[in-house]
Amino acid sequence: MSENKKPNPKISNATRLPRKRFYRARAHSNPLSDSHFPVPVTPLHVDYSFHYPHFFPSKKTSDDNGNVTGIHQAPSPSVCSRKIQFADIGCGFGGLLVSLATLFPKTLMIGMELRDKVTEYVRERILALREANPEQYQNISVVRTNSMKYIPNFFEKGTLLKMFFLFPDPHFKEKNHRRRVISPHLLDEYAYTLEVGGIIYTITDVEDLGEWMKTCLEDHPLFEALTEEELKADPVVKLLCSATEEGQKVARNGGQTFQAIYRRIAAPREDSE
Amino acid sequence: MAETAIEEGETNKEMEVAPALIAVHPLEKSVAVAAGAELRVFDLEGDSPVSLLDDSGGPLHADSIRAIRFGAKGRLFASAGDDKLVKIWTTDSWRCLHTVCSEKRVSAVAISNDGLFVCFADKFGVVWVVSLDGEEGNQPLVNKKAAPILAHYCSIITSLEFSPDGRFIISADRDFKIRVTIFPKKPFKGAHEIQSFCLGHTEFVSCLAFPCTPDYSQGFLLSGGGDSTVRLWDMTSGSLLHTCEVGVQAELVESNGDEVCHPAVTAICTFPVGSLIAVAIQSLHGVMLLNCDLSSRILSVAKVVSMGDIFIATSLGVSSAGRLWMITGASNILGPNFTSLARVKVLAGFQMSSNPESSENEPVMLEDTDIPGGEKVLEKLQGSLLSAKEEKALAAATEAVKMAMRNLLIKKQYSEDRRELRKKSRNDRKLKQ
Repeated sequence: MSENKKPNPKISNATRLPRKRFYRARAHSNPLSDSHFPVPVTPLHVDYSFHYPHFFPSKKTSDDNGNVTGIHQAPSPSVCSRKIQFADIGCGFGGLLVSLATLFPKTLMIGMELRDKVTEYVRERILALREANPEQYQNISVVRTNSMKYIPNFFEKGTLLKMFFLFPDPHFKEKNHRRRVISPHLLDEYAYTLEVGGIIYTITDVEDLGEWMKTCLEDHPLFEALTEEELKADPVVKLLCSATEEGQKVARNGGQTFQAIYRRIAAPREDSE
Repeated sequence: MAETAIEEGETNKEMEVAPALIAVHPLEKSVAVAAGAELRVFDLEGDSPVSLLDDSGGPLHADSIRAIRFGAKGRLFASAGDDKLVKIWTTDSWRCLHTVCSEKRVSAVAISNDGLFVCFADKFGVVWVVSLDGEEGNQPLVNKKAAPILAHYCSIITSLEFSPDGRFIISADRDFKIRVTIFPKKPFKGAHEIQSFCLGHTEFVSCLAFPCTPDYSQGFLLSGGGDSTVRLWDMTSGSLLHTCEVGVQAELVESNGDEVCHPAVTAICTFPVGSLIAVAIQSLHGVMLLNCDLSSRILSVAKVVSMGDIFIATSLGVSSAGRLWMITGASNILGPNFTSLARVKVLAGFQMSSNPESSENEPVMLEDTDIPGGEKVLEKLQGSLLSAKEEKALAAATEAVKMAMRNLLIKKQYSEDRRELRKKSRNDRKLKQ
C-alpha cells in the first residue's frame, strides 16, 4: 500500500512519521474565538468508527472531524467499554497519548487540541504508527475542538476515568486568568465528565500556574488530592514529565515541574457542611 | 484583542436594539413592561398606573433592560440589563428593595421560588447569586454583594430559570447548550454539581419554560432556540424527549440558495392549567400554540393564532386568569432621541380546565378597550396610545430586534478565504483602538 504513495515531504522517509516542521503552529491559540470546526451535537454523535476503525468497523456518514451525521454503529465486543475513558486536554503533538496507548491497550483514549495544524500532525502520527505496528495504537485518536466549551458534547456524564492537563497555557496576565483551562467554573464540567473515582492530572513548569491549579482543585468540593502512596503506585504519574515534547523540553532545561493530581469524589452531603 | 461579540467597546448600533419585554403577575395583579431603559408598571388590582419608588433619584435604569420577571409567587419583581444593575422590587409597594451591581451587562435574571435568592447572568457567561434577607430590605441603598456560582465558558447566557421544585437552576447559552445544575441550600459557595446537559439544539438556545405538571412528577423542561424548534427534555437525565419544528410548521423557514433562514423562537410561555404552550417566533405575526402531552411526551401544534397585520411578539406573559399578554417593540428605534416603541395586545378565551379533551380553544384578541383595565393600561405600558405612523414603525422595530439578536447570538461564518484574509490583518502588536 505504501509503495504506491507519492513521496510526501511532510512524512519522514526514515521513520514514516510526520515531520514536525511542516506542522508548526504558534504555541498559543485563542480559546475565546468562535472556531469553525464541527462539534458533535451530543456525545452519541461522536463517530467511533472514524476514530477507532479497528474496534468499530461500520459504514455511516460523518464529517471530517469525526462527528456522525448518519446512523449509529454497534460496538465491537473486543473492547472493554464502548466509551472513551481517557482524555488528554490540549494534547499538543500527542506524546502522552502515544505512551498511554501501549500501557492501556484496551482503553479508548482521545486527545483534544485547538490548533488545526497540530491536530493534523497528531492524526498523521497515529495513522503512521498504526500502519507500522499492526494491532497497536488503534485505541488512540485526536479531535480538533475547544475543550473549554465543548467537553459535554463529547462525553456523557461520569464516563471518563482519567483527564490530563499537561503544561497548559499559563495566561500570565491577571486579566487573562479566566482563560486558563483549569478554573473553578470549568472544574464543574470536568467533575461532571469524570466518573466518581476518576482522576485529573495536571502538571506545569510555571510555579504561579501550578499554585493556581492546585488551589482551584483543593477548593473544589468534588475533588480530593491523591495521597503520596497513591501517587507512587500510579504508573501514569511518571509519564507526565517524560512523555510529552513539552515535558522533555522542561527536563532538558533542568526546569522544575509542579503537579496537582486529584480524584473526583461524590458530592458531600449538604447537612455535613 | 477581538473577543467576538462580547467586547464592551463595540459600538455596532444594530446590537444595541433591545426587544420590548412584558411580565405578568401570576395572579394578574399587575403587568410590567420594559422598553429600552424604561420600566412601566400598571397595577390591575388597584386599577392605577404605578410610580416606581427608587432612591436613586434619576431614571431607574440607565440603559436597555434585558430581563424582567415576577418571582416568589408574585411578591418580588426583578429588572436588569445593559446598565449592569439588577434591581429587586417588592410588589406590594413597588419600592426598590435592592440594587445589585454587576461587572458586566446582565442578560438574564431569575428569582428562587422561596424568594430567598436572586440569580443573574452576565454576558460573559457567569451566573451570580444574591441573597434576600427578608423582603422588607432594611437598607435599599446598600449594594448587595453577589457571588459567582457557575459559568458557561465565554458564552452569553440567554435564559436562567429555577426548576418548579427548586432543586435545580437551569441556564441556557448561545453555544446551543442547556445546563441543569443542582442549586445548593448555601449557594454562595457555588453550584458545582451539574445534574445534566440538555444537548440537541443546533443553534443558540433563547428561552426556557416548564410544562404545567399537576399529575406527573417534575422533571420536564421546554426550550426554544435559534434553530426554530421547541424541544421537550427530561432535565434529570438531559435526554431530548421531543422536538417540534415550529418554524417549519408555521411555514416560516425560507431558503435562498445555500442559506436557510431559521426564524428564532423568542419566547415560550406555559399556561398555568392545561397543556398549552404559547410560542413567539421571529417572522410570525401572532403566536403559535403548542399542545404538550406529557404522557406520550410529545409536542404538537395546536393552533397558530394570526394577528393579521404587523405584530411579531418580542415577549409573552401569561396569568392564572388564562390571558396571554403579548408585546412587540424595541428600544432606540425612532432615532437618536432614544425613544422606545411598544405595543401590547391581549389574547383571551383560553380554556382553563385541565381536561385536554375539552372543547376547542378559541382564543380571541381583545380590543384595546376590552383588556383588563382598559385603554389606560395601554397608555401606561406603551407610554402612549400609538398613532398610525407609530404602528407602522413597529415593523421596522421588530426587524431591528431580529437583526440584533442574530448579530449577538449567531456565530459569524466566514469562508476559508475570508478567514485567512482576516488572519493576515491580525497584528498582535496593534494598538487598542
